[in-house]
Amino acid sequence: MDKILEVKDLHVTFKTYGGEVKAVRGVNFDLKKGETLAIVGESGCGKSVTSNSIMRLIPTPPGRIANGSIVYRGRDLTTVSEKEMRTIRGVDISMIFQDPMTALNPTLTIGNQLTEGLKQHKDISGREAKERALEMMNLVGIPSPEERLKQYPHQFSGGMRQRVVIAMALICDPDLLIADEPTTALDVTIQAQILELFGKIQERTGVSIILITHDLGVVAKIADRIAVMYAGKIIEVGTKREIFYEPQHPYTKGLLNSVPRLDIEEDDLIPIDGTPPDLFSPPQGCPFTARCPFAMEVCDKVYPDSASLSSTHDVDCWLQDQRAQLVSTMAGTRK
Amino acid sequence: MLRYIAKRFLIMLVTILIIVTLTFVLMHAIPGSPFNQERGTSEAVQANLEAHYHLDEPMYIQYLLYLKSIVTFDFGPSIKQPTSTVNDLLGRGFPISLELGLVSVIVAIISGILLGIIAALRHNGIIDYAAMAIAVLGISIPNFILATQLIQSFAVTWKILPAATWSSPKHMILPVIALATGPMAIIARLTRSSMLEVLTQDYIKMARAKGLSPYKIVFKHALKNALMPVVTILGTLLAGILTGTFVLEKIFAIPGMGKYFVESINNRDYPVIMGTTVFYSAFLIIMLFLVDIAYGILDPRIKLHKKEAE
Repeated sequence: MDKILEVKDLHVTFKTYGGEVKAVRGVNFDLKKGETLAIVGESGCGKSVTSNSIMRLIPTPPGRIANGSIVYRGRDLTTVSEKEMRTIRGVDISMIFQDPMTALNPTLTIGNQLTEGLKQHKDISGREAKERALEMMNLVGIPSPEERLKQYPHQFSGGMRQRVVIAMALICDPDLLIADEPTTALDVTIQAQILELFGKIQERTGVSIILITHDLGVVAKIADRIAVMYAGKIIEVGTKREIFYEPQHPYTKGLLNSVPRLDIEEDDLIPIDGTPPDLFSPPQGCPFTARCPFAMEVCDKVYPDSASLSSTHDVDCWLQDQRAQLVSTMAGTRK
Repeated sequence: MLRYIAKRFLIMLVTILIIVTLTFVLMHAIPGSPFNQERGTSEAVQANLEAHYHLDEPMYIQYLLYLKSIVTFDFGPSIKQPTSTVNDLLGRGFPISLELGLVSVIVAIISGILLGIIAALRHNGIIDYAAMAIAVLGISIPNFILATQLIQSFAVTWKILPAATWSSPKHMILPVIALATGPMAIIARLTRSSMLEVLTQDYIKMARAKGLSPYKIVFKHALKNALMPVVTILGTLLAGILTGTFVLEKIFAIPGMGKYFVESINNRDYPVIMGTTVFYSAFLIIMLFLVDIAYGILDPRIKLHKKEAE
């Protein structure tokens, strides 16, 4: 399968009165056609900033892509002009936002908002645009679409609005869909429906999806690969199976341990103690050192190289170093 | 919708009745009458005059007569200018006042909104600070001070614009600037702050993510939402411009309604006071009603009638 997106050594910083926040600090990943990559991590780890950088939607200033490249089909999105970027947004790469209650303009009809992207990018008549809109409404499962097109967002429920937002993102038939916490603001029952919809859409259109979330349940359902982010870096990446069954980074393990499970007889959740580091002055070494139960002296001083455990599984941890193998077997891994 | 308009219309009638009554009471609470100003008219002449204008009748009869004149919209002749009726005066003065007010309102709204948008888009830049400095000045300087200053600079010192009267578009420039600056400043500040708020909304980010042009994002997606608070104060601003015309017409010697209004109070010219008051209040109330309707058009979530919302 061919790669459609390659992010290399991406650095994003924000200038604030308190100094420069290094929100993303050297992120690398790639994405193949038709694949779903989940980027998981806790709040403030840089996952949304990463996805907004791909769309070049970082407010500049104060934000800035300080270094690195985002190559989409041979074009580096960090260097193309704003005008060219507008022909990519919505057409090649689309985005879905967290809260469907606020992602739709309250003063415009659904039909207007659905078709405006289409009218902007494609030379298309009003009737053709409407037909395409109806087609999309059917795809995302909105009943009586003809009537619904004339209505305003406040006449839709949360789940229905998210369907509209998805239809809006897909109407120009993009290659890549970035979904930033698409189910976080929805009821659990609606969440399941929306996730199913993602699967259906991918099957039909072959769109690649980058799913930003902190919800491992969502990830388990639809991701092919998972990238775990911490303090502005991807610390572990692998297939869904690799991350869920053979997590290597202590942070990934901690993350999985802090998810409530019914199938294991254990009374308490195991939280990760401490808080993520301050990104005004991120630590030189591994940012997880202070919270890591296996921390060694070297962890604090030098950031580890990426270790490949398989062709798909990479992890940034000193425990993978030959010299640390002894420590890791001694300390053991928690279930 | 029709029921709503009918209901509003009834409320408007009641409001006007209250205004008329208040004006009548206040008018007669001022000491003096149209005919006793150091003129030495004989008692008999004065009594005759008062009888002619029904001023010798008891108050409640006079009040009823006024109500009748309002319902028929015939206020009779002016006491001080017996050659013309109140309707003549209104017919002569109102078009001029309307022209001045309307041009000022349009200038204030367009320039205020544009200034606000530019300031919001260049948030915290030099243009933003300059625009807001102008706005603060505009709000704090009363229009009669601005008017005299404008006359001093443009008409007296530089001699590029006429100082007074109302005969060509050139004559409009100074009074319109004087009248529109205050409301413009208020609109600009309001547009800026609500624009800044709207621009951080998710649907603006969504519009950007769709690849829309900045022009479309600002004018189609942001402006309509940002204008809601502006529409809210439009009613108040209209009232301000309306009363502003009284003062400015006096300063610029513009033969509008304001002139008659002020003079009629000084002269106790009861029919003219009554006529202009009723006319102005009806005008303002209708304007406020139109503003309410504009609300519903701008924001589909606002329903004018309860039934529609169900």
